[in-house]
Amino acid sequence: MGTRDCKHEASISSPCIGEAGDTGHWRTVRPVLDRSKCLAVKANKPICFQCWAYCPEGVIKKQIGCEIDLTYCKGCGICAEVCPADAITMEPETGEQDR
Amino acid sequence: MAIKILDLPEQEYMLPGNRACAGCSLGIAFRHILKALDGNCIFTVPASCLTVLGGMYPTSSVTVPWMNVVFPSTAAAASGLVAGLKVLGKEHITVVAMAGDGGTADIGIQALSGAAERNANFLYICYDNEAYMNTGTQRSGSTPMGAKTTTTPALGKRQHSKDVPKIIEAHGVPYIATASPSYPADLYDKVRKAIGIHGTRYMHINAPCPSGWQFPPKDTVKFGRQAIETGIFALYEIQDGVFRLTGRSKRLAQTGQLTPVRDYIVPQGRFKGIAEETIEEVQRWVNARWAAYVRRDAEAA
Amino acid sequence: MHEKKAEIAIITGNQAAANAARLGRVQVVAAYPITPQSSVVETLSKFIEEGELAAEFVTVESEHSALAVCIAASTVGARVFTATSANGLAYMCEQIHWAAGSRLPIVMGCANRAMAAPWSVLNDQQDSMSQRDAGWIQIYCRNNQEIMDTFIQAFKIAETVHVPVMVCYDGYILSHTVMPVEVPRQEDVDAFLPPYQPHLTLDPADPKNINPVTLADPRLNHEGKLCHGYMEHRFLHQEALLQSTETIIAVGQEYAERFGRDWGGLYWGYQLEDAEVIVMAAGSLASEATVAVDALRADGIRAGVLGLRVYRPFPKRELVAAVAQARLVVVVDKSLSYGNEGPICGDLKAALFGRDRAPALHGYVAGLGGRDVKARQLAETVRNSMARLDEGMLLSDTQWIDCRI
Repeated sequence: MGTRDCKHEASISSPCIGEAGDTGHWRTVRPVLDRSKCLAVKANKPICFQCWAYCPEGVIKKQIGCEIDLTYCKGCGICAEVCPADAITMEPETGEQDR
Repeated sequence: MAIKILDLPEQEYMLPGNRACAGCSLGIAFRHILKALDGNCIFTVPASCLTVLGGMYPTSSVTVPWMNVVFPSTAAAASGLVAGLKVLGKEHITVVAMAGDGGTADIGIQALSGAAERNANFLYICYDNEAYMNTGTQRSGSTPMGAKTTTTPALGKRQHSKDVPKIIEAHGVPYIATASPSYPADLYDKVRKAIGIHGTRYMHINAPCPSGWQFPPKDTVKFGRQAIETGIFALYEIQDGVFRLTGRSKRLAQTGQLTPVRDYIVPQGRFKGIAEETIEEVQRWVNARWAAYVRRDAEAA
Repeated sequence: MHEKKAEIAIITGNQAAANAARLGRVQVVAAYPITPQSSVVETLSKFIEEGELAAEFVTVESEHSALAVCIAASTVGARVFTATSANGLAYMCEQIHWAAGSRLPIVMGCANRAMAAPWSVLNDQQDSMSQRDAGWIQIYCRNNQEIMDTFIQAFKIAETVHVPVMVCYDGYILSHTVMPVEVPRQEDVDAFLPPYQPHLTLDPADPKNINPVTLADPRLNHEGKLCHGYMEHRFLHQEALLQSTETIIAVGQEYAERFGRDWGGLYWGYQLEDAEVIVMAAGSLASEATVAVDALRADGIRAGVLGLRVYRPFPKRELVAAVAQARLVVVVDKSLSYGNEGPICGDLKAALFGRDRAPALHGYVAGLGGRDVKARQLAETVRNSMARLDEGMLLSDTQWIDCRI
């Protein structure tokens, strides 16, 4: 099957999540949140959000108890470094599906 | 009123699962630049890491319109977008030229100088990871003295980096700012301010690069902060010719204590084997430049 | 037919180009001065600053930036124009490729000038010929009226086929020489040339990323549709270029009906129909050849001129048919593909390869670096080739006209 049906005359791309695939596969370590330490969870208020702000990938949700999209998280570890409460630790990536 | 991280808008324009390296500071900066623009923009991007982050045909990783251009031409392409949008009655859209240090300080400097001299109405952002990172870490005019790159592999760069904001200042443009992804609120505020100014606006963003500078990806934000603590990178604005330090650099100027550059240099793999004399020269250079910043900042007060 | 005659102006080729851009209602102009193109830029600046043309003029700092501006403005939906020569054209080389690969309808004038080194500001066609592989349509003009008319047609051609068009005319010989030119009326040009309808989009409401890295092989998009690899994009580009001959001819015919001047489409002939020996050239040289042909005919030699107008796409089929019954074609190139032969000669030779009825072909190089080429020299050239043909000599060597080595 050819590409004649693709009507593009020039290279014109459309946006999508996962342009490079499931970049979660890049990880050797994964972020794990300890909710008992997370400032926003403890106060039950939308505060801090440093992890959300500093994530280079934008895979952390700006919400109490942040939620990290492990399909795309590359495991850089910045969230763990910037968390003022040390609530995130980077643990070895086992390849298991649990989140 | 300076925004707090907490209040930065939630909407993302950069989509996850892109090709940027893990821990890329450009990713952090770009997210917040796009938030500040709030979608009302057209980007022009030359060959650079950002090109790769943008994706490969037919998929892209950004929800803003974007035209890729040849390496030397970013500011000229931006001038063309501005002219085209003007005749089509779409001047409300912010044109953003975003290039790396190679595309700005070296191959792109002619077009940038020409555009700045014309005071072309767009925002130019240089994200400076201090080498041609996209093509494998060859040295650029922005590479700091002593840094090993693939084209300065044994001796390290023997010159200080080119001061591009200073070059742009000589063109008399209305707004120049430096920023860091380690201080995203300051970065966001500066982009917001720049949007509201007419003419050529130039922003120079420090972009620590785990791959090229050789440090673990988790330390990107830390090295960005250290660059500022040592005075190697300073946060400032020049608006209508008036120089002001901002954010952490302003506070450092007030409390008066820079961290020795050695603390920043030694942990980075790219400075491995750097001579003592070179570290001392870098310290001298930073001290002289910082003193000038502090002096100019005091004049504005 | 018009009730009121259009204005006749005594203008240079450069002024004709600038007026055509004005009549074409270009919206963004970016150009950098270079001899012998400069008065195009100067004339357009005057039109814009004095309010005769409502366009943005970006006073760029180089030719590379000139085409950068045009590419960007065209992408966002504006009709654009630029012009250059020689080293300026070479400086924007990567952009010439970019514009073509982007399928943008950019119209650019090239006031043909010799390439350095060594320095020469005078005419030959090396500059545009050296860009022949980039994928633009190339049209060569023989006089200032054709320059005026061809630029106007070029906008329509480019915007129909989505391939940029380079309109070439000889530096100094045409760019600086005044000739009477009928300047079409604005309303007539408006009726012929509607506003540009862009086929690309740069719109925050529908964000696309244009011209990113494109891989070797086709790749699925996010909806699962198979999209082009680099090679497929290029196939489409070549296809569009080859098919553009139809549009070039149709636009030329429509222009002839409206404005009363027909420049022949892909090529033009002078005394061609019964010609035994054909002189083939592009631009003003072909025009000069008509004087040579008159002299040869007076001596009983059935000579004719084949003036090549469209060099790219190379109109193989049409040229092969046009020369089929001749005995000899003398191709005079004002450029050289160094290491081989003249570009027009080489391309025609390739087109004739394997054909049952093919004339003999003899290639010449003339007029490099502004070396004047006189009609009598062209006539002598024809006689020279005919004599060699009569003696059964091979004509495979490229000869140089009036080289004084």
